[in-house]
Amino acid sequence: MTQSSEPMEWYKTRFDLSEKSLNGGAASAFHALRRKGMERFSALGFPTTRHEEWRYTNLAPLSRMNFDPAPAANSGEMTKTEISRYMFDGLHTLVFVNGRFDSSLSDQSLAQKGVTARSLASMIDAQPLLVSERLGRVASFDQNAFTALNTAFVEDGAYIEVDDGRSVDGPVHLLFISTANNPSLISPRVVVRVGKHARLAIVESYASSASLPCWTNGVTEILAEEGATIDHLKIQTESKSAFHISSTQVLQKAGSVGTFTSVVLGGAIVRNTVGVVLDAEGCRGTLNGLALATGTQLIDNHTSIDHAKAHCESHELYKSILDGNAHGVFNGKIFVRKDAQKTDAKQTNRTLLLSDDATIDTKPQLEIFADDVKCTHGAAVGQLDEDQIFYLRTRGIDRAAARDLLTVAFANEVVGRISIAAVRNRMEELVREQLRLGRQN
Amino acid sequence: MLEIKNLHAAIGGNEILKGVDLAVDAGEVHAIMGPNGSGKSTLAQVLAGREGYEVTGGSVRYEGKDLFDLDPEERAREGLFLAFQYPVEIPGVSNTYFLKAALNAVRKHRSLEELDAVEFLQLVRQKMKLVDMDESFLSRSVNEGFSGGEKKRNEIFHMAVLEPRLAILDETDSGLDIDALRIVADGVNKLRRKDNATIVVTHYQRLLNYIVPDRVHVLIDGRIVRSGGKELALELEEKGYDWLESPKQIRVEA
Repeated sequence: MTQSSEPMEWYKTRFDLSEKSLNGGAASAFHALRRKGMERFSALGFPTTRHEEWRYTNLAPLSRMNFDPAPAANSGEMTKTEISRYMFDGLHTLVFVNGRFDSSLSDQSLAQKGVTARSLASMIDAQPLLVSERLGRVASFDQNAFTALNTAFVEDGAYIEVDDGRSVDGPVHLLFISTANNPSLISPRVVVRVGKHARLAIVESYASSASLPCWTNGVTEILAEEGATIDHLKIQTESKSAFHISSTQVLQKAGSVGTFTSVVLGGAIVRNTVGVVLDAEGCRGTLNGLALATGTQLIDNHTSIDHAKAHCESHELYKSILDGNAHGVFNGKIFVRKDAQKTDAKQTNRTLLLSDDATIDTKPQLEIFADDVKCTHGAAVGQLDEDQIFYLRTRGIDRAAARDLLTVAFANEVVGRISIAAVRNRMEELVREQLRLGRQN
Repeated sequence: MLEIKNLHAAIGGNEILKGVDLAVDAGEVHAIMGPNGSGKSTLAQVLAGREGYEVTGGSVRYEGKDLFDLDPEERAREGLFLAFQYPVEIPGVSNTYFLKAALNAVRKHRSLEELDAVEFLQLVRQKMKLVDMDESFLSRSVNEGFSGGEKKRNEIFHMAVLEPRLAILDETDSGLDIDALRIVADGVNKLRRKDNATIVVTHYQRLLNYIVPDRVHVLIDGRIVRSGGKELALELEEKGYDWLESPKQIRVEA
């Protein structure tokens, strides 16, 4: 963990080195995209708390460290048994170790007609032009330094395409595990297109077996075509020393239905961005989120729902449970554009503070340019209700168990909405486990 | 079973109970009546262990133990039960989950084996009949969206499952129509045994037509000013509380 006075210089140098190792490949169309990403990252630089979007999230601990953007390929230390605890029954799983696809740990490739679910690296090899066309189409790096950085160092990730009218048999699970024993920058990219009237359920989960600081800088981009249904769930359970910055960008077409859920339990500093553009009439977008933090964790959820066209609906529920000295941030933007008449948007943000030292910065941000719309928002910050605790105690439940019961109930408003039963049950268990561990600290 | 001696209690420095004496034995039903603000609910809350009430004098022995040495959950596990005047809503916690946690905490304390899901369900199905509740109650969040009558029935359902030694029913009749009142009272009566006792706290005599007390006490201004048999309740119904008013006046009249 050498300190660098100029963090930008470090990544620039690493980029140049990686470029040299590509030899002839450096001239490819795909690599041109990486180069643009690097240029943009160099121009934008690491955001500081002087940037409005980063006011409450100080990235100094991250920018101070030099992360290696090309971690060693999987040295084979993960076994099927070791990863079994991160798997869910009935899901088709692709496993990525330190950002790279590992076919030996993954399920056999999905053999469903009209459905592609494979590693991005293999897709870059097979169809570089198609990938360079699709990648960055929904997640623009123009104003986002970390999307630019992800693009600069993108090697692998997942490429999922569901043809028009197809419905994927069972959910697809993308499992990202970091095991690196040096501070590494992992840049996974997930590119999803759900065709017209097609259906897809996808779970992205991030875990780490290493306790060393590791930085995941992920980007997911989802294009939901006309009438498509997409259910996207992201689970973050990395170690308490991990840095995690991720952006999920979505473009919804006419009549599409999208549900985007985020559950964050791990990480030292986590910035989770979800941006959904309802780009045509009759779309429905639902955003659910839960952050559970203790110790000195910082979990920052930034969401944006852009009602670009008329007759769309959005529902958002984001909750945080903060214990110890944890710090939560919520920023929820809702844009209702001039053309977006008859918009129905509802945003709710609730925070439960379990200790006197935990803090939350919450900011609903509605910008409405149409006049015939229904938009509501509410933000509430509170503690556990003493009347409820007393009621439980008069029935024989002790104070600690009563606190847990009420806290789990608070979390379940989000967890209970997870549509995949195996994942929902596991998340309930993980929430309980984390509360138990939090109390022991 | 319960022996209250010269109990004084205050809330926010304001003395509400000013020397209550009461003894309840196993197998008995006692009614505590009194006008609004006389301290009836304070007495119930103090016995259950509510924080914020300061016991400023006197003593309460329950089953030979000093009640104030026990936390609210310990009192519950020792068999003390409070049916709330205003049952608390707990969104997100199902009635079943909550009751199973409560029952197993109580059973563990009594060195009984914890019930598994199947055994528990058998038990609650049987107990639900006592208060005429249907199964949809089990999966609903505790008291959330329940009508006034449903909340009170749910309290008696909790009581049926937890089988307390001493149950305190705080204004269980308030807000109940006559049918609900009958259901609740029937439930309480069926739960009466030789080895348990009930304290019914109420403003009106109405409930006592259904739950017939052995003793009736009148609480006014933080003191029990008169005790008698069940006929005292009828007398109160007829004359109101005014004729008993404060102990001082009684002394003057005497």
